[in-house]
Amino acid sequence: MNFRKPKEIATPIELEGYEKSFLKLLLLRMLRAREFEEQLYYLFLTTQMPGTMHQATGQEAVAVGVASALNPDDYVTSTHRGHAHCIAKDVPLNLMMAEMFARRNGVCKGMGGSMHLCDFSRGMLGAFGIVGAGIPIATGAALSSIVRGTKQVAASFFGDGAINEGVFHESLNMAALWNLPVVYVIENNQYALSMPNDLVSAVSDLSSRGCSYGIPGKKIDGNNVTAVYEATKNAVEKARNGGGPTLLECITYRIRGHARFEPADYRNKEEVEQWKKFDPILRFRRALTEHSIFTEKDLKELDEQVEDEINAAIEFAEKGEKVGADDYLQYIYESPLEGFMK
Amino acid sequence: MTRKLSLSEAIREAMVQEMRRDSNIILMGEDVGRFNGAFSVSKGMLDEFGEKRVWDTPISEAGFMGIGIGAALTGLKPIIEFQYADFMFCAMDQIVNEAAKLRLMSGGQASVPVVMRAPQGATGRAAQHSQSVEAYFMHTPGLQIVMPSTPYDAKGLMTTALRKNDPVLMLEHKLLYGAASPGGGKALTDTTISDIGSDVPEEQYEIPFGSADVKREGTDVTIIATLMMVHRSLAAANELENQGISCEIIDPRSLVPLDEEKIFESIRKTNRVIVVSEDIMRGGVTAIISSLIMDKMFDYLDAPVRRVAADDTPIPFGPASEKKVIPQIEDIKTAINNVMKD
Repeated sequence: MNFRKPKEIATPIELEGYEKSFLKLLLLRMLRAREFEEQLYYLFLTTQMPGTMHQATGQEAVAVGVASALNPDDYVTSTHRGHAHCIAKDVPLNLMMAEMFARRNGVCKGMGGSMHLCDFSRGMLGAFGIVGAGIPIATGAALSSIVRGTKQVAASFFGDGAINEGVFHESLNMAALWNLPVVYVIENNQYALSMPNDLVSAVSDLSSRGCSYGIPGKKIDGNNVTAVYEATKNAVEKARNGGGPTLLECITYRIRGHARFEPADYRNKEEVEQWKKFDPILRFRRALTEHSIFTEKDLKELDEQVEDEINAAIEFAEKGEKVGADDYLQYIYESPLEGFMK
Repeated sequence: MTRKLSLSEAIREAMVQEMRRDSNIILMGEDVGRFNGAFSVSKGMLDEFGEKRVWDTPISEAGFMGIGIGAALTGLKPIIEFQYADFMFCAMDQIVNEAAKLRLMSGGQASVPVVMRAPQGATGRAAQHSQSVEAYFMHTPGLQIVMPSTPYDAKGLMTTALRKNDPVLMLEHKLLYGAASPGGGKALTDTTISDIGSDVPEEQYEIPFGSADVKREGTDVTIIATLMMVHRSLAAANELENQGISCEIIDPRSLVPLDEEKIFESIRKTNRVIVVSEDIMRGGVTAIISSLIMDKMFDYLDAPVRRVAADDTPIPFGPASEKKVIPQIEDIKTAINNVMKD
């Protein structure tokens, strides 16, 4: 098993031609995603949080780079590791946090939790806890946009593990066949739970998986937020103008374990340490100060702003009413069925 | 005004009339367009509605089911045809984990108005084209299941299904279609099929889900049956009339929701009941319905509830074996005689 070195993948972070406000937005979205999950981790440690969660620490540039290239009414499907995707799509932090706490004012009324976050008012069609399940659903949203003539684009996030599911192939085939406006994003964090790519994929170049369907595949430094943004922007423009689907492979790294307290000791320590140095937030901050776009002081202010936002979200969530025992009854069908057997 | 229609014509008329009224309805499935559907149900629909509303899909059940869900989440109402009910198992994840659960997981944000249609029942096609699948889906909260035994019921139930905001599964029996397969020569038939309910109004009408229908009035024993078993029960009842046994036949028409009251009303009159279904005995629909009756109607019963269902086996090819496995008129007569003796 040979691990992928970040040096082989890293590309320079380009900042030319961007509005300062846009770069700030990219950074804010990444910081929010990171801080949200760091606080969750603490809340789990202190057993204040029910359920489980999967952290995307180190993968924030993929979520933010992709979502920032979409319009607010474009569609996204996400995964069990979906907090960052939601945050990047501007799902309100308060509502997300309340959902984590299983409160009635949560974004899913406390019925979904970490693995099923969604916000239809922001095109966020769902985090799916079944690996690969969101891929055909995003494809269907793209088909729907064609039928309704709305020009909306759908982006589907999924991990390197999902490309071995049948629906990945079925969806790519139909999207290419029907020229659907969809962008497929392999968030290659290099591990499907414990299994590294090279033990589960017959080809090491995952972006080449599109070629069976005539879908162009592009490999990107997934820890470089502007590189992810540029690649997605091109793919989205192409899709919106009738050019069909694109497959993006964003190479990144899952700094933490698979879930909550999973130690990930199947990984080489040196590998983890190397990747920590290529942390997408660290790299972006460095680029921003090196290009004198922001000062250290500016960055510190942004850190504090985000910390305040997350603390406010926790406060909002804690004040929320807890889910009641009978709440679920109103969400099984549009109107409850007669003859509920109990 | 009414005319005689076959079951397949009645389903088609319901789909076509509602598609003319509601431009968000699309039809997807294998061979549904150019080939008119494997059982001719969608004959002429591609010509009338064009390729943006009638989608001939690849053989990718999980993929096109997921696409249907994505389309449903974003404003369309897809009708998904599975060529045989057995093929639904390829799409089980999308049906069970996504379509059925999304409303609850999203705290009521998501509606998944898909209408799935699938032909089932044993017709000499052996184990993988014969299964009756209703129990799998009755076990899936979030779905509603309708099963039309007559053309009249089929049109009304389909019209209602297309106006729901939740996933609906319509299970159709191949022997009841009354139409030739375009590739297969003459129509499947069975001499015991009654022509009840074949007068179908031209105009649209709805049959509410959860409204069982009395297919035959009687006083001595209640028979609860669906699809082909309604017709075999009618034949059995007609034969037993000469021996002085008066059978009442109740067709639930929808298994979810189930019209408990109409079933109980009949039992209060007859005090004896048999439940007949073409799905298997173990964990099957007859088990669910008979336990419900025992729970709620024990005081009204003069005899134990008797069940008639298929043997616990994959459907064998050999005609003599298939006939033994699937409930026949004689089996229903025996059960009636037994329940009368108890």
